[in-house]
Amino acid sequence: MTRKILIVDDEQNIAISVEFLMKREGFEVTVARDGEEGLERIRADRPDLVLLDVMMPKLNGFQVCEAVRSDPELAEVRIVMLTAKGREAEINKGMSLGADAYIPKPFATSDLVAKVKALLGSEE
Amino acid sequence: MLNQTLLVTVSFAYLGLLFAIAYWADRQADKGRSVITHPTVYALSLAVYCTAWTYYGSVGRAAAASGIDFLPIYLGPTLAATLWAFLLLKMIRVSKTQRITSIADFISSRYGKSHLLGGLVTVIAVVGVLPYIALQLKAVSSSFAILVRYPDVIMPGAVDMVPVWQDKAFHVALLLALFTILFGTRHLDASERHEGMVAAIAFESIVKLVAFTAVGLFVTYGLYGGFGEIVALARAAGHLKSELAPSNGYGVWASLSLLSALAVLMLPRQFQVAVVENSSERHLKRAVWMFPLYLLLINLFVLPIALAGKLEFPAGVDADTFVLTLPIAHQQQWLALFSYLGGLSAATGMVIVETIALSTMVCNDLVMPGLLRRWMHRAPAMDLSRVLLRVRRGAIFIILLLGYTYFRLAGEAYALVSIGLISFAAVAQFAPVMIGGLYWRGGTREGALAGLGAGFSVWIYTLLLPSFAKSGWLSADFLEFGLFGISLLKPQALFGLEGFDEISHCLFWSLSANAGAFLAVSLRRTPNAEETAQATAFVDVMKHERSLVSGLWRGSAEVGDLVKLAGRFLGESKARLAFREYAVQRRLAPGQMLPADAETVYFAETLLAGAIGSASARVMVSSVVQEEPLGLDEVMDILDEASRIRSYSHELEQKSRELEIATAELKAVNVGLQELDRLKDDFMSSVTHELRTPLTSIRAFSEILKDDPKIELKERKRFLGIIVSETERLTRLVNQVLDLAKIESGTADWKSGEVDLTEVIRQSAETAGPLILERGGKLHLDLPGVAVVVWADQDRLLQVMLNLLSNAAKFIPEGKGEVKVSLTPMAGLYRVSVADNGPGIPHDEQPVIFEKFRQSRDGEANPMGTGLGLPISRRIIENFGGRLFVESAPGKGAIFSFELPSEIDGD
Repeated sequence: MTRKILIVDDEQNIAISVEFLMKREGFEVTVARDGEEGLERIRADRPDLVLLDVMMPKLNGFQVCEAVRSDPELAEVRIVMLTAKGREAEINKGMSLGADAYIPKPFATSDLVAKVKALLGSEE
Repeated sequence: MLNQTLLVTVSFAYLGLLFAIAYWADRQADKGRSVITHPTVYALSLAVYCTAWTYYGSVGRAAAASGIDFLPIYLGPTLAATLWAFLLLKMIRVSKTQRITSIADFISSRYGKSHLLGGLVTVIAVVGVLPYIALQLKAVSSSFAILVRYPDVIMPGAVDMVPVWQDKAFHVALLLALFTILFGTRHLDASERHEGMVAAIAFESIVKLVAFTAVGLFVTYGLYGGFGEIVALARAAGHLKSELAPSNGYGVWASLSLLSALAVLMLPRQFQVAVVENSSERHLKRAVWMFPLYLLLINLFVLPIALAGKLEFPAGVDADTFVLTLPIAHQQQWLALFSYLGGLSAATGMVIVETIALSTMVCNDLVMPGLLRRWMHRAPAMDLSRVLLRVRRGAIFIILLLGYTYFRLAGEAYALVSIGLISFAAVAQFAPVMIGGLYWRGGTREGALAGLGAGFSVWIYTLLLPSFAKSGWLSADFLEFGLFGISLLKPQALFGLEGFDEISHCLFWSLSANAGAFLAVSLRRTPNAEETAQATAFVDVMKHERSLVSGLWRGSAEVGDLVKLAGRFLGESKARLAFREYAVQRRLAPGQMLPADAETVYFAETLLAGAIGSASARVMVSSVVQEEPLGLDEVMDILDEASRIRSYSHELEQKSRELEIATAELKAVNVGLQELDRLKDDFMSSVTHELRTPLTSIRAFSEILKDDPKIELKERKRFLGIIVSETERLTRLVNQVLDLAKIESGTADWKSGEVDLTEVIRQSAETAGPLILERGGKLHLDLPGVAVVVWADQDRLLQVMLNLLSNAAKFIPEGKGEVKVSLTPMAGLYRVSVADNGPGIPHDEQPVIFEKFRQSRDGEANPMGTGLGLPISRRIIENFGGRLFVESAPGKGAIFSFELPSEIDGD
């Protein structure tokens, strides 16, 4: 069964690059342009993993993460936070909110792919 | 056996012995082996209190009143001794630090070193004590006259029966003057201490005690079978009342006790031995019990001797002579001779010490001020110490002659005991200013003068004049009917106060007037600088080191002048020695010059004060130094502990207030800095974020392209396009961050000049028009036909216009966008508006978009902005005195406008 990945990022070009990377690895990819849309998609599509930007209009990544983690039905969803805000305090905040990984931008594409695979592989 | 020659020989021999002791003690002291450093010597020297008046007079008083009226004279000092540990200790401490030489010096020094005050105290002391000295002369001459008739008991005749040159008392006076001069003025001591004299007095005290006790033992146990038998016999003979009680009641008893308690410290000779001659404060400890013990012992046999005398002799034998006449009557010639020596001893001791004390006072407080005034005008002979010694010798001589004169005139008129009490009452006048001065800072010179003057006047009126009247020198009318016949002014029932004896009556009125005037006059003004300084030196003597007082001098001096000055009064070698010792005491390195500072000047002044009194020393020292007088405030500040603490805490308060203000300022600054720091952090964080975002895309696509060279060409072109545009975004961002930083730090380069707004708008339209056209939009310009000139930087205005137009281009709907630019002249300014038909900006977001990195991303297209365009534009417009703002309603587009002042009155 093909794993579903949701990309939530308001930066169109970043979304394009990540989408390309994930599709190349054979995942089923959907993209949301802001937090609100991202949360809707998570609830509707139940992706296996979400690549979540932090700085976004409407709902930011932390709020989305918090919402997902407070919903028991979405407990299976893996969350990887992708953010240009790389300060320690923000990493801690993301992890304490229940993110599974936190990858600072700009990232090495190989690291991103490895992390995603690792998270999804551990479930099997 | 006891002929005149023997008596004279024995008397001389005894005085010679006393002198030998004194001489020996002085020599020992010079060798550094002082014999008076023993506390017992100090306690015994205090017993100079017991004079011939005690020796003969106590028995007289006990016999006359058939009771215990003699006791208060000793009970008072005994009770007072319990207070010595505080009061006398303080007096001694003050006197040591100030080098006080007499009670007159003490009082004058306390109230600002006043010559006038010292003079008044001296006059009171001399007038008050003269009868007392006369009494000693009388005792010696009477006892001589009685003993010479041995074995008969015959009272001496009236003194005025013989010419002066044949009068024994006159011889005694001359002899005592000679001895006193030998004892007291052999040399001028810097500290006016007479170790030899003290040693002799201590010895003398033993002699009189042993002699009196010997007579007492002989009478009590030799003639009778002890106390019990004498008392029983006396009672049977009606000489003794059934119970021992004061004849005038306990009130009088108490007042006499008080009087004696005061006198034991205020009598010039007592001040001399207790304070001036004191060599160590620790001696007080023994004196406090030993002196009362001495008084007890010397009074032990007073009553038995008095009663025995009354039993023994019929009327006609003076009770004052019982101590001598009882041994004579029982043919005990050696005991009689010893008893005579005891009396001679008591009288001699008193006269020597009293006269030395008085002569010091007369010299320093009466004669010196006059001499100083003369010397101020005319340079004196070099060796002043000789002059001083001569003055003192003269004073001794004159005082004793005056004493003799009083004795001749007063004659037999008064019993010994009354004369002693009159003197006590006179010196008791020193108590208020003395004790008050030790514990109260408020006393002033005028107050002390008024108190002493009032007390002394009342004493003269209520005690001295009546005693004259009783001697028959004055009409007794004023005694009986009052002055001018006013009965309220009766000297011994003043203002109707009756029922007291004359001494208690005088004591009550004189001390009331004295203390009242002292307080009332002192309170009329606050003490001046000098008085305040001295008040602190006296009142706080137990707290302060002497250096504090020396800190109260400001001026300039030459050490050489000071040494020379001291040398003139003390002798050159002595003065040099004193200064050398002082230099050692100050721990100056060998060869180091003594600094002419306040401490040295203070030392010189106290050194001199020891010789000529503090008031004169002050005058002399100020004649050779340049003194800057300190104001009262300064003195208060330096001296008064409380005021120091007050000013210190005031300063602290001031400081802490300043600190609080500074802290508040710092806090405000810090808040500002923290805000700035936070803003900077935010800015850095935002910039970092904004840099990372394009970098993320660039890196991701670069890696994708690198990893997979076989990507389709179309895809490859698209990715490379993204990389290029993100790189451009990155470049733009870097430029704008730098631009904004320049503007904000004020280092931006403005090329101001006259700018035609219409021209700027046309240029911007040309550049940005294509962006709008690309997205299928239209651009309308609504400009006046003439040039609209403002004062600005053309390139910067163009930058603003491009920013507004490119923003509009981003947000206009695809295909049907419309952008309108208008230029409107208004009152004193021009408004340029850029209106679009985009989605508009929600009301709450409108102020936010002018903040850094707060771009609106609500557009259809990815704005790709840096978030710095509007903040930069706003700052540019504000720099030229205008404003940039937005009007918008969601769904109805947005109108960005800026206004600039018109150039009308620009130049």
